[in-house]
Amino acid sequence: MSSNAITIPGVQIEQKPWVDTLHEWVTTVDHKRLGVLYILYALLFLVIAGVEALLIRIQLMFPHNHFVSPEVFNRLFTMHGTTMVFFMGMPILFGFANYLVPLMIGARDMAFPRLNAFSFWLSALGGFLFYFSLVGANGLYGAGNAPDVGWWAYAPLTARAFSPGHSTDYWALALLVSGFGSIGTAINIIATILCMRCPGMKLSRMPLLVWLNLVMAGMVLISVSPLSAAQIMLVIDRYLGGHFFDAQAGGSAVLWMHFFWIFGHPEVYILIIPCFAFMSEIIPVFSRKPIFGYPVMVAATVCIGFVSMSVWAHHMFSVGMNSYANSFFTLTTMAVGVPTGIKIFNWIGTMWGGRIQFKVPMLFCIAFLFQFLIAGLTGVMLGSAAFASQLTLSYFVVAHFHYTLVGGVVFGVFAAIYYWYPKITGRMLSETLGKWHFWLFVIGFHLTFDLMHFPGLLGMPRRIYTYEPGRGWDTLNLLVSIGAFIQAIAIVIFVANLVVSYFKGARAGNDPWDAWTLEWSISSPPPAYNFATVPTVASRRPLWDLKHPEDPDSRYE
Amino acid sequence: MLKMKSSTLRSLAQTILLLFWSAMAVWASEPKGSSSHGTNIFSPASTAAKSIAGLSVFVLVITGIIFVVVFGLLVYSLVKFRARAMDAGREPAQVYGSTQIELAWTIIPILIVVVLFLATARVIHAIQDAPEPPGAVEVTVIGHQYWWEYRYPKLGIVTANELHIPVSDPSHPTPTFLRLLSADTDHSFWVPELGGKTDLIPNHPNRMWIDPQRTGVFLGQCAQYCGVQHAKMLIRVSVDGPEDFGTWVRAQQQPAVKDASVAAGRRVFEGNACMNCHAVAGTPASGRFGPDLTHLMTRATIAAGAAQNTPENLRLWVQNPSAIKPGSLMPAMQLSDADLDAVVSYMETLR
Repeated sequence: MSSNAITIPGVQIEQKPWVDTLHEWVTTVDHKRLGVLYILYALLFLVIAGVEALLIRIQLMFPHNHFVSPEVFNRLFTMHGTTMVFFMGMPILFGFANYLVPLMIGARDMAFPRLNAFSFWLSALGGFLFYFSLVGANGLYGAGNAPDVGWWAYAPLTARAFSPGHSTDYWALALLVSGFGSIGTAINIIATILCMRCPGMKLSRMPLLVWLNLVMAGMVLISVSPLSAAQIMLVIDRYLGGHFFDAQAGGSAVLWMHFFWIFGHPEVYILIIPCFAFMSEIIPVFSRKPIFGYPVMVAATVCIGFVSMSVWAHHMFSVGMNSYANSFFTLTTMAVGVPTGIKIFNWIGTMWGGRIQFKVPMLFCIAFLFQFLIAGLTGVMLGSAAFASQLTLSYFVVAHFHYTLVGGVVFGVFAAIYYWYPKITGRMLSETLGKWHFWLFVIGFHLTFDLMHFPGLLGMPRRIYTYEPGRGWDTLNLLVSIGAFIQAIAIVIFVANLVVSYFKGARAGNDPWDAWTLEWSISSPPPAYNFATVPTVASRRPLWDLKHPEDPDSRYE
Repeated sequence: MLKMKSSTLRSLAQTILLLFWSAMAVWASEPKGSSSHGTNIFSPASTAAKSIAGLSVFVLVITGIIFVVVFGLLVYSLVKFRARAMDAGREPAQVYGSTQIELAWTIIPILIVVVLFLATARVIHAIQDAPEPPGAVEVTVIGHQYWWEYRYPKLGIVTANELHIPVSDPSHPTPTFLRLLSADTDHSFWVPELGGKTDLIPNHPNRMWIDPQRTGVFLGQCAQYCGVQHAKMLIRVSVDGPEDFGTWVRAQQQPAVKDASVAAGRRVFEGNACMNCHAVAGTPASGRFGPDLTHLMTRATIAAGAAQNTPENLRLWVQNPSAIKPGSLMPAMQLSDADLDAVVSYMETLR
């Protein structure tokens, strides 16, 4: 029974045929629907890449395990890494940017709605192309199916001499296609923020989420372009006799590393900055205070954006750069820690003196703060070139970036889903299931990724399908794998919560969290046109001003 | 006064270092012979590894202090400022920021960064820019898909997978300088107790040096993903006393033992494709695609450490390399049982 239909005796409600609904979704140019499509597409890949991670962890539970062959293991970690970064991380954050940015700045859509749809479908094509390699990549040589060159695909392993067949082509083309999608969305986000703000929404009054997505989109423009160029060069090498990266013919394997990491390191910030954005919206609401140090938060983000463009070679501390280059990248890498630290302090400053409500979105934010703190500190260790010459390429670095990308990005995304799900669907997510999800995920996360640092310190390199017993790695790996399964159980609860609450969740109303940004001023889910009348704002917290006419923020600007 | 202070600091640092090492050693503990070492980065045995471990502990202590402070602030604010039943409906004081506080938590981290940077730069310079002393042993390390080739140009030795180098007495250092090359994809030479890793990249020669101050076998493995069998590209570094090293060098410089009793096996070896890839000094076999077998039986392992060097393993390996190391580039030679036995007994004479 459809509960939101008004039932009038004797009147038959016409249900829209599902084909029409499907057609509407496929052809939509509405930023909200595209946002939801991005998020659903990313959640699908989260589950797929998660299953790949579980298979990896089963293989590594015991030394000399024979669960999968070395070839399959290499494909699994390549697919897991590529999927998580390009087909889960970026799409889900673009999804939230798409959904929230126009609502938060009082706009009726993105600046270029059709470009928006085009970009989404390009990204989607990239993901499906990538997984089509499982079927289509058996080339002339019958070698390989899924790509198996690692998510950085270092040259010359990608040369046709070492990677015959078509699996590496699928990898390169999938990233090229989804890269164009990312660039399209980035242009759209920038244009929307700069041109579509409602009256009174000065740059200095934009919600931090909007500011941070502006920085993120700028970084996408700068860093995805070299990656796309590198993919084109790789395809030229493989098919047109080019020698950019072909070391046998005088090309440079190190050139590929530079191309990849000048994309790869800003990419980490492209993923984490939108999560900083979620923190900056959710923590104030559940602390009942405005964000502490708004201008400093903006400045720190812009600073991270610039400095993170000059740190890429800290991924290459084992490559044999000279001592001056190693020292330079040590300095820049550690320097990024300063604005990042400022952000953590400002979030604590926001909670300081507040009245903190421990709702599920806030729980994920708190876990984010703890984990991101640790991830940042292990990042400082990896930034020290000498220390990193031991740590890089080991399980320590695997633990570090999973701390950032799971402990940071995935927790941030969960916080965002619990916080904005009511706005998107009109229903609250279950708090009980949410707490189960949270606690199981926290326990599993820490069991897995805290312990994963230690095999690295004990000399275990990454990307090995099996390992020698008796080096102190055995017990640790077993516990790490058990933690992965606890996380998997938490994800099952999360998906169940999403589905069950969609049908049975409590009604959300316009503003379930008593929040202050414009998206909460309209119905949940918002109408297609967003705002019946375009709003006018006088401060950073327009809804605070409405709710507290006796003490509006606008008085202090 | 200053001197005393610095020595107190040093002993403090050493105590912390010791604590950390013993904590790591608990995890790494294993029943092992007295001469075999683990792969723990906090159990360094060479100058470079020691200075890296010292720096690491310094960085760990600084980051540890930051962690405790920030963690404490976070927990304090969560407990102290949690919502209580009695303040229902009332909003707390709306505070927008404070320039002084922002300045404080900008400047202090900058100072910490400067300290960590200087400490790191000093160690990088000391390790990377160290000149090569005249008495140094030179080894060219060539990474191949899933095995290591070691060439001693000054000594005229070629061997594989098990590196032999002399122990270095700090008062008369005899360091070993490694020139790192690759024949195919990227690899990385990593023996954690002897130093940080350095990549072997085709068309991009690299250099590193190690001066182990303890004898014994040090373990490591390829750290840069290089293809299917990246996992079984293990390293054994045998650090020998001066006499032992001299004996080993003299033995390796000899051509292969010629034993008439295994002439049949030698014919199999030289009549098949074996000799296209493997070299045996003093015989027509001079292939370079696979490991040099001149003194195969002086090595404790085969297949880059994937198996012990026993007659059974050797036979299995020649018969079907994929049984030990799937994805190995050595093909199964499809020999008859008689030929297999003959060639294995020939190889067993290569001491």
